Amino acid sequence: MITGRMTGALRDAGLSALIALGLFAPLIGLLTENGEHGLGLRGRPFAVAVVVVLVFLGRLIMLSRAPRTVAARAEGPGLAMRRAGRALAPALLVFALLLPLGGSRYYVDLATLVLTYIMLGWGLNVVVGLAGLLDLGYVAFYAVGAYSYALLAEAFGLGFWTCLPLAGIMAAFAGILLGFPVLRLRGDYLAIVTLAFGEIIRIVLINWVSLTHGPSGITGIPRPTLFGLAFSMDGGAGTFAGFFDIEPETIQRVTFLYYVILALALVTNWFTLRLRRTPLGRAWEALREDETACRSLGINVTNTKLTAFAIGAMFGGFAGAFFATRQAFISPESFTFIESATVLAIVVLGGLGSQLGVALAAIVMVGGLELLRSFLSFLAENLGSDLFAGIANELPLYRMLVFGLALVVVMVLRPRGMVSTRVPTVTLGPA
Amino acid sequence: MLAAAGLTMRFGGLTAVADLSFEARAGEITAVIGPNGAGKTTVFNCITGFYKPSEGRIALTHPNGARFALDRMQGHRIASRARVARTFQNIRLFAGMTVLENLLVAQHNALMGASGFSLLAVLGTGRYRAAEAQGREKARHWLDRIGLIDRADAPAGELPYGAQRRLEVARAMCIDPVMLCLDEPAAGLNPRETDVLNNLLLGIRDDGCSLLLIEHDMGVVMRISDHIVVLDHGKKIADGSPAEIRADPAVIAAYLGEGDEDGVAA
Repeated sequence: MITGRMTGALRDAGLSALIALGLFAPLIGLLTENGEHGLGLRGRPFAVAVVVVLVFLGRLIMLSRAPRTVAARAEGPGLAMRRAGRALAPALLVFALLLPLGGSRYYVDLATLVLTYIMLGWGLNVVVGLAGLLDLGYVAFYAVGAYSYALLAEAFGLGFWTCLPLAGIMAAFAGILLGFPVLRLRGDYLAIVTLAFGEIIRIVLINWVSLTHGPSGITGIPRPTLFGLAFSMDGGAGTFAGFFDIEPETIQRVTFLYYVILALALVTNWFTLRLRRTPLGRAWEALREDETACRSLGINVTNTKLTAFAIGAMFGGFAGAFFATRQAFISPESFTFIESATVLAIVVLGGLGSQLGVALAAIVMVGGLELLRSFLSFLAENLGSDLFAGIANELPLYRMLVFGLALVVVMVLRPRGMVSTRVPTVTLGPA
Repeated sequence: MLAAAGLTMRFGGLTAVADLSFEARAGEITAVIGPNGAGKTTVFNCITGFYKPSEGRIALTHPNGARFALDRMQGHRIASRARVARTFQNIRLFAGMTVLENLLVAQHNALMGASGFSLLAVLGTGRYRAAEAQGREKARHWLDRIGLIDRADAPAGELPYGAQRRLEVARAMCIDPVMLCLDEPAAGLNPRETDVLNNLLLGIRDDGCSLLLIEHDMGVVMRISDHIVVLDHGKKIADGSPAEIRADPAVIAAYLGEGDEDGVAA
């Protein structure tokens, strides 16, 4: 019996190793080199052998573990896990508040980027996670927000804090504009039209040169101020450094921007969490579950959908305005489909409708990808041994591969996203 | 209460309902019966605004005298203004939401008004909290009546089939309807569950809500109906009290079938 299982496992592992051989022989085993007579090929049989053996052993270890039953999988996280989960959100918040104290510009910049995506994820979560309307063109609202701020600042000299609500309102209007034609569509059809909408906005931005300067973009977008204090390098009286009588440094502005996006993201989170517990929020979730039943209960499906589009778009607009002020330069290049796809992946990976899940997914997808890159570069620099030198130098090139693999693993292990538990919006109190 | 006159519904070349006129009286349970494909659900969809009738009128008169032309109203207004609630042949609960949430979604319009279109609710004002507490009380009342008070915070999709049927009725009742339309409420229920449902429906009628019922289970129809309309091929072939319908030769020929034991005997 046991020997039978052993042979089965060995055969399975051997098969995996064979597939690995076929896959990695050309990927790793062949290296192109600039030789004397032009481009030459160098074989690396040893590196391939190492990878194949690793796959063989890995598969064996995987098979030797007791198979998990379907029931165990459906049970979900245990009590300890859940308790840890409850502590996770406050811990993340404290970490986020304290992060700039580390003083590393690299990490503050990275965290700002992550927070931008968290905010976008939370905004899209309203549309996709709560209302169940699959939106593949979310980047359009991000673009509308960014361009609203940039153009208002350019034409009227308005500051960031004046334009922020305006950018949100503009994006919300864009959301309603998109909402009207797609009211009757569901599922795949809705997704296609929203995808098209995202592209339309981008192409309009490229071609409406007189307004948007076309592909060359808009430069010199003003930075935000802290109660009127600018973060400029001259250290004059009206600046942050001048007011507090300290040496002007770039890190001050970077840190300020970080706290701005942190505050924006937290407001988004607070608003969404509150909204979810209102009749409107419940109607969104009901709409996701069954549109026909909603109608039979007297819910105005049209208005409910439009508010979901508008509010989701509004948060996208806020994030866009922040993006514009942070970069000080925007062009249509920043608003391609891949951005929509990334934000949607964050929402799906995190768990539809889960705020914490979206935050975790954004940290992993945006922050993790970047950290992986720097880690692999670090490995490449420090793995001095001849054995791996060849592979190590290429390690950073494999980051997308590792990343894609991680996505697949998460989706296999937790098909409903990292955080798939749903908290009821209301419970029946004591009689 | 509800009067349909000359109701006709055509889908392309197919006439599902032809020149149907009937009346459902206030405070009664009116059953619509007929063989499969007779057009019962089509009639329901016309009344509740899911279809626009090709011809004919459907008029609803509230007990307070307000009149509504259902054939000309938008779908969701029929529920929110004319107060006609319905259930579905295939249960349509919000399966991922809890039992209590299902009942609160049904009170959407009342709560929306109290919450200033949810803006006040986001800010957490006392007025909304009071309204929501009231909504919870109404839900609690219905949970008591359908015997699901212990499952209030469980996802609706996890309830047993019979409980889901009852919950759908309770959810429809949470919009405070003057008329409740039930599309085969007893389908798939065991005899004990059917009895519970019968009592629930009779209780709803005694509270003053009129019921319109599509049902295949003749036991249910004969026991609780005050009035029966029989359809066949989109036309009305009989209309009367259960006793009259049982004796009507046209009905027996078209639908009940001669010597059909579980039919007339009940």
